Amino acid sequence: MVETPRRKRTFRRPSVIPGFGISFGYTLTCLGLIVLLPLAGLVAKASGLGLSGIWGVATDPRVASALRISFGVSALAALVASVFGFLVAWVLTRYRFPGRKLVDAAVDLPFALPTAVAGIALASLYAPDGLVGAPLARLGIQAAYTPVGIFIAMVFIGLPFAVRTVQPLIAEIDKEIEEASATLGATRIVTLTKVVLPPLIPAVLTGFALAFARGVGEYGSIIFIAGNLPYVSEIAPLLIVIKLSEFDYGGAAAIATIMLGISFLTLLAINLIQTWSRRRFGYV
Amino acid sequence: MSEIFSPAYVPSAKPDSVASEGAATRAVLIGIAVAFLALFLVLPLIAVFTQALSHGLAAFLDAFREPDVWSAIRLTLTVAAIAVPFNVVFGLAASWAIAKFEFPGKSLLITLIDLPFSVSPVVSGLIYVLLFGSQGLFGGFLLDHGIEVLFALPGIVLATVFVTFPFVARELIPLMQEQGTAEEEAALTLGASGLHAFRTVTLPNIRWGLLYSVLLCNARAMGEFGAVSVVSGHIRGLTNTIPLHVEILYNEYNFVAAFAVASLLAALALITLVLKSVLEWRFSGELAGGRAH
Amino acid sequence: MTYAAGRSRIVRAVALSLLAGAGLWTGPHPAAAETALLNVSYDPTRELYREINAVFAEEWKAKTGEAITVRASHGGSGAQARTVIDGVDADVVTLGIPSDIDAIARLTHKIPEDWRTKLPNEGVAYTSTVVFLVRKGNPKGVKDWADLAKPDVKVITPNPKTSAGGRWNFLAAWGYAYGQDKDAAKADAFVGQIYRNVPVLDTGARGSTVTFAQRGLGDVLPTWENEAYLVLQEFGADKFDIVSPPSSIYAEPPVALVAVNAERKGTTKAAQAYLDFLYTDRAQAIFAKHHYRPIKRDAAAPADLAQLPEIKLFKIEDLQGSWDEIQKRNFDAGGLFDRLSRAGR
Repeated sequence: MVETPRRKRTFRRPSVIPGFGISFGYTLTCLGLIVLLPLAGLVAKASGLGLSGIWGVATDPRVASALRISFGVSALAALVASVFGFLVAWVLTRYRFPGRKLVDAAVDLPFALPTAVAGIALASLYAPDGLVGAPLARLGIQAAYTPVGIFIAMVFIGLPFAVRTVQPLIAEIDKEIEEASATLGATRIVTLTKVVLPPLIPAVLTGFALAFARGVGEYGSIIFIAGNLPYVSEIAPLLIVIKLSEFDYGGAAAIATIMLGISFLTLLAINLIQTWSRRRFGYV
Repeated sequence: MSEIFSPAYVPSAKPDSVASEGAATRAVLIGIAVAFLALFLVLPLIAVFTQALSHGLAAFLDAFREPDVWSAIRLTLTVAAIAVPFNVVFGLAASWAIAKFEFPGKSLLITLIDLPFSVSPVVSGLIYVLLFGSQGLFGGFLLDHGIEVLFALPGIVLATVFVTFPFVARELIPLMQEQGTAEEEAALTLGASGLHAFRTVTLPNIRWGLLYSVLLCNARAMGEFGAVSVVSGHIRGLTNTIPLHVEILYNEYNFVAAFAVASLLAALALITLVLKSVLEWRFSGELAGGRAH
Repeated sequence: MTYAAGRSRIVRAVALSLLAGAGLWTGPHPAAAETALLNVSYDPTRELYREINAVFAEEWKAKTGEAITVRASHGGSGAQARTVIDGVDADVVTLGIPSDIDAIARLTHKIPEDWRTKLPNEGVAYTSTVVFLVRKGNPKGVKDWADLAKPDVKVITPNPKTSAGGRWNFLAAWGYAYGQDKDAAKADAFVGQIYRNVPVLDTGARGSTVTFAQRGLGDVLPTWENEAYLVLQEFGADKFDIVSPPSSIYAEPPVALVAVNAERKGTTKAAQAYLDFLYTDRAQAIFAKHHYRPIKRDAAAPADLAQLPEIKLFKIEDLQGSWDEIQKRNFDAGGLFDRLSRAGR
């Protein structure tokens, strides 16, 4: 197990700690076999269609509308999750009230609750005869089996990301700065918008990006509540499943590759936000 | 209960200082936040249990008389029993390599480990169909040798490992980075072997973080739906995991049974949350990022 | 720091959870080492094959002394065919529409291309048709296919790309319209009008039934006759009515042996016996009991037959040609359904 460090190797900085070779090798092997190879297979399959073929799939009206729904609704849901997530994080960190810790623990529920369970639960609540769906229906809003249902499911799964990324930063805010700002005559609103909020923006953006990425890919909780109607409430992941059922492997791979590309871009955006924030505020 | 409501761990809680909102604003904000969480998060959880018990306890228990439910439970436990330890070993290796050594391309490596987080579960299943399906890259080879991957245990395990891949590594990497290498170096200087140093120095330092990540990894492994749905084949009593069985029951108009089986997973989620909170409250200093919230 | 204490606590926790796991393992367990068959079927046959499989196992045990388990998997017929193509180890397939078995034969050769010749009646052990399920009292007055195209009628039907029931519905509507004017272009347009009335397109017949019956969407659910009766049983006859149109399609859900899989698993004999069993009087009576139309009417209980009304049935092959042509014309990429759904939006 213990590997004698070979001094000549320049790849890593020398260290007395052993086990680099085996742990690094094992990591790369697992990563390669479980993640990279299968993803490469996907891209290879899609590239069999050629760039124009993938473009053809992406611009097919049904695919385009599914992508539009997935990305559009997810962005909207991530926005709402970010706003309420910020509020929840603020309330949980700044205020004392009975049951606060229980509320705090409940925020992570969507992490722990399997998506299919969330899906049937949300569908039963928001159906036209459900507990929440019935009053909404009287207001003329049909939630389940419309894009509203997709939105609700996406807010559900995105919320913990929005809360958990800003929460630690709110906890770290130096109260003395706020007090100083107040002492200098700033109103509470001015203090909040000019002093407290700006350093939190990168975290809020990161939370938004995470909730967005998760919402775009989400499948289990949505299919039960969405209605799955092409051009109206059909999401891109479902279209992949449908393409598979139609024996259209190339089409499925093409949609998957497009979604993968967007995932990459989202990750990249998060990294850029964090680099920028580190430069601007000195922390992530 | 006093433990739960104790504000002791937030040192700067001075609610009435100038650096806070007025009491009325606070009450309104707390009200909105709690109402929002209750509507979006807690209500669905309650719905699962009320629907499961809507026809009485007897009907609820009847759902568990089906042998198919038990084979789904067994399969789910088997999958988790393989996928979680695999990810623990991977997570330990990856965090050791990344946290204890300096080498170029480290952040790229971390990004790649993170990748499965942002891949749609359906895509996670699809990639294995494209590899191992009979029309896939290795499909012909596997078929000729009579090896079943897709629509059998290996495929389900692979898809589960993929979606839970970053869970352990991502918790342990920052934790080990925070702890540095001084303690291990000291142990090695005193003559301990590398493995011994790992067991007696590193492992105890990260034990709560490890347990924390195992908890979340396990919850996801047992609850995964999208990826497993694509690779499972939905064979009753054979390749149905608990979440898939919930869907099947739901499609058979067996709503009480569907929610009864779902309540099993909801209970698992609750247990996970409780254990997780306990870890956060008691050992926050020994978790990555000092999760004190 | 008390490393040792911490470690032993972890060890104890792991041991405890392992014990709990082992306890669950010893729950109800199917007896090992017996022959197991896998029947990959389509959506609405869940209740049917649960009974067929139990009766077959019982007869097989009486005849050979061997225990046998028949497992079933259900879903949209196209989706199910896809799983067999991708490697699900089915011994037999009992799908909703012949073109799905053709697809398996063409893409994998696990089923011989001439599978229709291997069993009596071209592999069709029972038939069915498409009827309408409407809300109690039939508030929209749906009587015939033409009513489905009216602008104020919402129709719930599954996706013809993935569901056999969806394809039969599609073809039945087309066949009705063609029967009116003998004009294919007019029939195409008529089908397009119906699909403009569809608010939800589920992937399987079961999904559509749930949408219509449980979620309360739509005015009419054209569906398998057997599925319509099942809804009355499951959801109560006081909520829905069945309307049988004057004419509908002669739907033939076929069965076939997946020869290559069965041979590899050494289950050919049992799988063949299972398929032969479907043609016996006992199985035919079970089909009728579940509201399918048995091919041997005299084997069925008269009470069951009395429930199946006289409907003028047409065969789509007589109107559109071979199944290859039917599939290509209507459902393949760029086919009629694709053109309609593009034009409809």
